[in-house]
Amino acid sequence: MAILELQGLRKQFGELVAVDDVNMSVEEGEIRGLIGPNGSGKTTIFNCITGFLHPSGGKVIWQGEDITGRPPHVVAAKGIARTFQLTNLFRDMTALQNVVMAFHLHTGVGLFGQYLMTKRTKKRDKEIEKRAIEILETMGIGDVKDEIAGALPHGYQEALGVAMALATEPKILLLDEPVTGMNPSETKDMMERITQLRDSGITILLVEHDMKAVMSTCERITVVNFGKNICEGDPDGVCSHEEVIEAYLGMS
Amino acid sequence: MRNSRTLPIIIVVLILAIVAIVVPFVTSYYYTDVITMLFINIILVSSFRLITLTGNWNLAQIPLMGVGAYSSALITGSLGWPFWLSLPLSAMAAAVIGLAMSYPLARTKGFAFFIASYAAGEAVVLCWERFKVPFGGWSGLVNIPPPGNIGGINFANPTPYYFLTGIVMAACLWLMYRLGRSRIGSTFHAIHSQESLARSIGINVIRYKVLVFVVSSFFAGVAGVLLVHRMWAIEPNQFGWVPTLYLLVWAVFGGTRTFVGPIVGVAALTLVSELLVPLAEWVPLIYGFILILTLLFFPEGLEGIPHRVQSLYRKMRTGEKAPEDLLTEGQH
Repeated sequence: MAILELQGLRKQFGELVAVDDVNMSVEEGEIRGLIGPNGSGKTTIFNCITGFLHPSGGKVIWQGEDITGRPPHVVAAKGIARTFQLTNLFRDMTALQNVVMAFHLHTGVGLFGQYLMTKRTKKRDKEIEKRAIEILETMGIGDVKDEIAGALPHGYQEALGVAMALATEPKILLLDEPVTGMNPSETKDMMERITQLRDSGITILLVEHDMKAVMSTCERITVVNFGKNICEGDPDGVCSHEEVIEAYLGMS
Repeated sequence: MRNSRTLPIIIVVLILAIVAIVVPFVTSYYYTDVITMLFINIILVSSFRLITLTGNWNLAQIPLMGVGAYSSALITGSLGWPFWLSLPLSAMAAAVIGLAMSYPLARTKGFAFFIASYAAGEAVVLCWERFKVPFGGWSGLVNIPPPGNIGGINFANPTPYYFLTGIVMAACLWLMYRLGRSRIGSTFHAIHSQESLARSIGINVIRYKVLVFVVSSFFAGVAGVLLVHRMWAIEPNQFGWVPTLYLLVWAVFGGTRTFVGPIVGVAALTLVSELLVPLAEWVPLIYGFILILTLLFFPEGLEGIPHRVQSLYRKMRTGEKAPEDLLTEGQH
């Protein structure tokens, strides 16, 4: 069964139709690529799934449940995590504090418990900190846990963004251009980590411009242009699809 | 790291507490009253800072303080209930009005919040002006009973009232400080620094904005209760635009990044006002100058000065920029 399904998704900003009748069905445990030229509506699709934008039409189905238009914090609580295109961090907190904050959904203590700093809160805080360090290590940035996030190099910030998304304990991870601005070796590291995350049981939906990275990592790829589906298939099939070639060559 | 930081804080707080205990016995009633007023204003400005944690500046803070004041005036005056019951009840009344206001306000931010909060505050002040019963209209309420006798101490006298205010202030500051240091405080900060990221990790931003507004209103209400029983009379004018302006100047002058910033700001400006008593009619003008000069030369307020001196010193020694400087540059 599909874990995430888009049925005729549509988003209009005034006259402009950014997403027009997009259908997509992501299977549990896969790495799905979502590609398309600049301005083809990929980020808008992400924003519609995660509740940052209210779709003008169509449905977002999560594990059989209609979650169209639910606010972001509710979507996050259901197990859908996302990263942002321009790395989004709590810049003046340390890397560790960032991930600890991202455990918001799983603090396990209510507001009063947090305020009164009960024994249970303290114990839980210790556990969270330990888990946060583990996540930082999974992403290969355990050595900078006490550095201020805003002062980290770009590659580390991207990895931290993913680490924070992981802290929400997601079933699916929506990654918006995670390797933009990275050099080839950083890109390779990141793509390997993404594959590892999938192997640990997290479904991945990846928007990325780096074609080499997408083609080598994703099993299935959905292509959109001008807000519409063009085609869907394995990397080889998509590469040889006429409309895809046209869309990309037409751009340049 | 934590211990090395808390020890100096404890020492400073102890010294201040000892000074505060000695003061009323070595100065005149006049200065005891000035410091009582300072205590009230410290509660007020600290409650104001709570909302700034989520990045909003609330212009309804003074009217919310007024809700506490009017409520206590009515509870002790009309109903004849004791001060000790009225203090928590009136603070809760302010919190309830704050809750009502926060529903629309939590959905706005930045300039929209600024203007909307001003309008909400004005609406409250208008109610006091329009309704003669029970608020007394333009002329307000008089003959508000002082807190009664307890254990032979008459809290109507300046010195006992000074200690009462001081103790309530200490309790309020402790509660607010704890809030800022808890995970809830970090969550407020997270919302301020990156709202969309905060939402994506599952934070119900509106719920937290409502929470901070209600808590802040509660403490503003406490300040209002202490104010009204010091004055024994209130009128709507006291909660208008001018005191709001003073509140903003205290916060800007001290800075709102740290807990002590606004407290230092209000204390320093109270001192300035006292030194300028002979020039009373010039005080608003001088406040205006202080506001402009602060914004021009110390945009982070007084609290930013130690940090600035530090990075200047480091720059002189190494000829390089401090890492924090690079950080703040990246943010603007």
